[in-house]
Amino acid sequence: MPNLEHPAYPAAALLHLESLVPCRESQVSMLLSIFGERQQFSFPSIFIYGHTSSGKTYVMQTLLNTLQLPHVFVNCVECFTSRLLLEEILIQLQSCSSETEPASPVPCDTFNDFVRLFKQALVSRKLQDQTLYIVLDRAEQLREMEANILPAFLRLQELTDSNVTVVLLSEIVWELFRPNVGCFDPLTLYFPDYSIGHLQKILSQNHPPEYTADFYAAYINILLGVFYMVCRDLKELRHLAVLNFSKYCEPVVRGEANERDTRKLWKNIEPHLKKAMQTVYLREISSSQWERLQHDDGEPGQLKGLSAHTHVELPYYSKFLLIAAYLASYNPVRTDKRFFLKHHGKIKKTNFMKKHEKTSNHLLGPKPFPLDRLLAILYSIVDNRVAPSANIFSQITSLVTLQLLSMVGQNDQLEGPRYKCTVSLDFIRAIAR
Amino acid sequence: GCFVFKPSAKKRKLSQRTAHEFGIRNDDSEDTELRFVTCQSLWNQIKSETEKIQEDLNKQLLDNLVSFLRRSHSEFEEKTTEWICRMKVREIPTAALVLGVNVTDHDLTFRSLSDFLQNNITPYIALLEAKDCPGIKNLMQKLMGQLMNCCVDVDSLEDEDYVQVSQNRIRCSMSSLIKWYESVTKKTDSETPSKRSSSSTHWQSPPVVVIFKDMESFTTKVLQDFVVISSQHIHELPLVLIFGIATSPMIIHRLLPHSVSSLLCIELFQSLSCKDHLSTIIDKLLLTTQFPFKLGEKVLQVLINIFLYHDFSVQNFIKGFQLCIVEHFYSQPLSVLCCQLVDLQKRVNSLSHNQCENIRRLPSFRRYVEKQESGKQIALLTSDNFLKEETQRLLEELHVYHENYVSVLRCLHVFTSSLPKYPLGKQIRELHCACLENQVWETEEYESSLQLARMLNKSDLVTMLQQCVEILLSSSGKEFDQTVEKLKKFLTQFQNLEEAFQEQDGSVSSQKELQKKTDLYHLQKTLLELKESRRSKKLTKFEMLRFEVVDYIDSLVRKYLVPADHRTLHEILYFNTAAVLRGHLNAAPRTALHTALNNPHWYLKNQALKCDGGSISNKAPDICIVYKLHLECGRLINLVDWLEAFSTVVMAGEEPNADRASSDQMDDIIHARFIRAVSELELLGFIKPSKQKTDHVARLTWGGC
Repeated sequence: MPNLEHPAYPAAALLHLESLVPCRESQVSMLLSIFGERQQFSFPSIFIYGHTSSGKTYVMQTLLNTLQLPHVFVNCVECFTSRLLLEEILIQLQSCSSETEPASPVPCDTFNDFVRLFKQALVSRKLQDQTLYIVLDRAEQLREMEANILPAFLRLQELTDSNVTVVLLSEIVWELFRPNVGCFDPLTLYFPDYSIGHLQKILSQNHPPEYTADFYAAYINILLGVFYMVCRDLKELRHLAVLNFSKYCEPVVRGEANERDTRKLWKNIEPHLKKAMQTVYLREISSSQWERLQHDDGEPGQLKGLSAHTHVELPYYSKFLLIAAYLASYNPVRTDKRFFLKHHGKIKKTNFMKKHEKTSNHLLGPKPFPLDRLLAILYSIVDNRVAPSANIFSQITSLVTLQLLSMVGQNDQLEGPRYKCTVSLDFIRAIAR
Repeated sequence: GCFVFKPSAKKRKLSQRTAHEFGIRNDDSEDTELRFVTCQSLWNQIKSETEKIQEDLNKQLLDNLVSFLRRSHSEFEEKTTEWICRMKVREIPTAALVLGVNVTDHDLTFRSLSDFLQNNITPYIALLEAKDCPGIKNLMQKLMGQLMNCCVDVDSLEDEDYVQVSQNRIRCSMSSLIKWYESVTKKTDSETPSKRSSSSTHWQSPPVVVIFKDMESFTTKVLQDFVVISSQHIHELPLVLIFGIATSPMIIHRLLPHSVSSLLCIELFQSLSCKDHLSTIIDKLLLTTQFPFKLGEKVLQVLINIFLYHDFSVQNFIKGFQLCIVEHFYSQPLSVLCCQLVDLQKRVNSLSHNQCENIRRLPSFRRYVEKQESGKQIALLTSDNFLKEETQRLLEELHVYHENYVSVLRCLHVFTSSLPKYPLGKQIRELHCACLENQVWETEEYESSLQLARMLNKSDLVTMLQQCVEILLSSSGKEFDQTVEKLKKFLTQFQNLEEAFQEQDGSVSSQKELQKKTDLYHLQKTLLELKESRRSKKLTKFEMLRFEVVDYIDSLVRKYLVPADHRTLHEILYFNTAAVLRGHLNAAPRTALHTALNNPHWYLKNQALKCDGGSISNKAPDICIVYKLHLECGRLINLVDWLEAFSTVVMAGEEPNADRASSDQMDDIIHARFIRAVSELELLGFIKPSKQKTDHVARLTWGGC
């Protein structure tokens, strides 16, 4: 592991920084060398990508904060329009050097305005002599804004003619960003996933004050053994660790085992963690409900998860409409006559065909069908006569709003609307019962 | 409180005019003013009753939700352990509210929910609907608009600056929302204590509740973005989400990927099923003596069918009920007598001669008169005063009949609802319909349920009898003293049986005797005897008693559960014109359109249009002719042939020997008429231009509808 070294910054600060960003030392030192000294011009734009919770945002934030570099940190999901984004940057810039009162926000509609206001702000805040960092988190959102936003940010140094570096953080690769022409390619930097060893190290770092670090590390080891297969998200793992830690400590608290009795503790916690994997991790049960369960020592069986409630009660005709829609979606049109007409003839031939079709149709997914076909099938599957009343038609629309059917192609209602059935075979089976 | 029905509020405003119309349109009838007033007061009673029922039913759900909300941000307030707080991801507390598919009822639930929360938890509530939020921008705008306005409502003193903020709408972002929240909470802190006490039910930092009314209709992107954004600010803004779900909670997983749903702390809440809701409504509105107005069998069946077959909407059921009331008071002049018993005498005495004639015209009354001796018949038909006395007596009887009916119906339901396979239905409404329809004891189902009741075991029977006693005791009918006595006697008899049972164990002795006999002949003989005796075996005491009980219940049913339309003057209290109701509530636009085009006489009432069978009259409107001709065609229609057929039909009655110039002109006119008729059909959606063949149009419908 390379120790962080840089002539421009005090060694103490660097040491502190290193302790804050475990397992990311190489990336940090790389960034530091790109940044250079405070007054030096840096690379105009840097693109950092890596999987969810590989520490991109955290590393950037701690780096900029501990070294006290002037920076602006913006989340692009939050600023859903370009105007919000640009204004947010300006506002943060104004409050960046805290000596003066933040002025009232200035409306900034275009990038042109932004460049002008940005320069003004830099001058008034006396920030020209050092590099300003603009970090755009979740930068993939920039692609959905106006076409000029992304290229302009990449060339912001050139456009404003000042010492500024734009850092883009994203979960996807740069190739998916690149606009067609005339784009400045940023320096790309990859943050690899944490390995299991890294996770172990990071998670064990924050042990609760009541217990020793070794005890907590052993617990994390067990936790990772269960969850590493399904989840490598650091935040999620940390959350799960907190949720289940009290259960792990139980034997120790009751005095049945001491802190070194790893095997006993493992036996106690392992089934519990497996249960957690099926419930809390999938958000079938909320974490507060899980905690209450632990507290009361109740069986998680009594609490049904979200997916246990799959049954949907539907009015009589809605059920038939849905079944008819399902049949219309998964049966080819030419079999309608065979299935729904009383005198169809030719059964022997079809038996073989039917089997063959059925499997393939379910793999292909639902097909659109016209309204008339739906009604025709409905009339033939309902025993008694159905009057085509307004209620039936309104039920079709309400099935669409409930997302059980979906409308294909938003064309004119008079043209004969087409629908698709979006529910699964199991759902239909439950209804048809 | 909240109003169940908007139309009723409007009606009240227009009441003067409506009352007038009530009169004008039925100018031959009497007492319109009084009828209108009665109708209104009755409806208002029923409305407040339904509101009360609804409140009670929702209470459980609301209480659960409130305790959830209180819990949700309590951690935030008290800070349990520092370590846990630091390590744990702050999830957004989320309530998944499963409300069932009856979307029309949800509005009311949400309204009462937000009222309830406003009074108990927090003034900051936003209700969002999918149709207002196609994008995250619109959602934020809507959210901020609602929150900042609601703040204005709460402390109206310093509203100027808020209004300004919301009007300017400079920045619809989360950060400005947070700023707003901070300023608002700070303000409540710095207020004088006297002001604080008024809103003491709210906490220092009340949560901001965002309700998504129809979760299913929101697009994934909007929801995801909103959740991600708000999760980043959960520390500064105590947000609580409520998802209104119509189908199943699985929809959350379908709409939100794991990375987003892991930001939520979802708890599930389920509202009462709409069927239970309906049962309660029927129980409290129909099976009660509180209201003089009653529904007939057919009408009730129509309303229940619409509920079960089409929409599951309790609101629509109640609206249908309202329609019945209005229709009854509007169309039945004698409905003036449909009032509480206290008012009855006055109203009967003030009946006009015309109204007396109306009474004499009632079919049930005529049947009654025919059964009387001749002297009384004459008196009934000639003397108004005698008729009035008789009417009052009969109506009072009808009220008493209804009281008894309800109690006995409940008793019978106690029995039938525990039988296997429920031959008379599981719900009391089914039993009610069966009893109203015709004499229930003549039906096969009743027969089979009696059979089954004769096979009940003792403990069940005893508990049922006890329930019956309770029902009869609590009923207001005066005739049940004897019945209760009788049932109590049965109960004590059962009690005695139990004691006797333990002593009586004699049947084993014959078995012992059997073992003694060794002779084959004797053995055979005794076996035969045994068999014989078993067949005609005397019933045990318990079985006897059971028969007695069932027979007694049967006699009660025959006495009290006579269908309402066998009673004299039932027309006054019971509304039974189902056809009207069906026409209003279960409209069939396709059928109506077909009738109008196929048989214009039905609507236009023009004698010339009256035609028989399939022939096409040339007097009919052009569109009807074109429509009828197009019914005979296949999927694609040749316009030229169609025009040809059209002109033949139109010209059928004309003289053929017209001169050439005028016939040319005629052709042009017919052509124009044809084109107009065809484009009208296109507008109605029967045909559309086709690209498959030139000069052809495609049919969009099939069959005779």
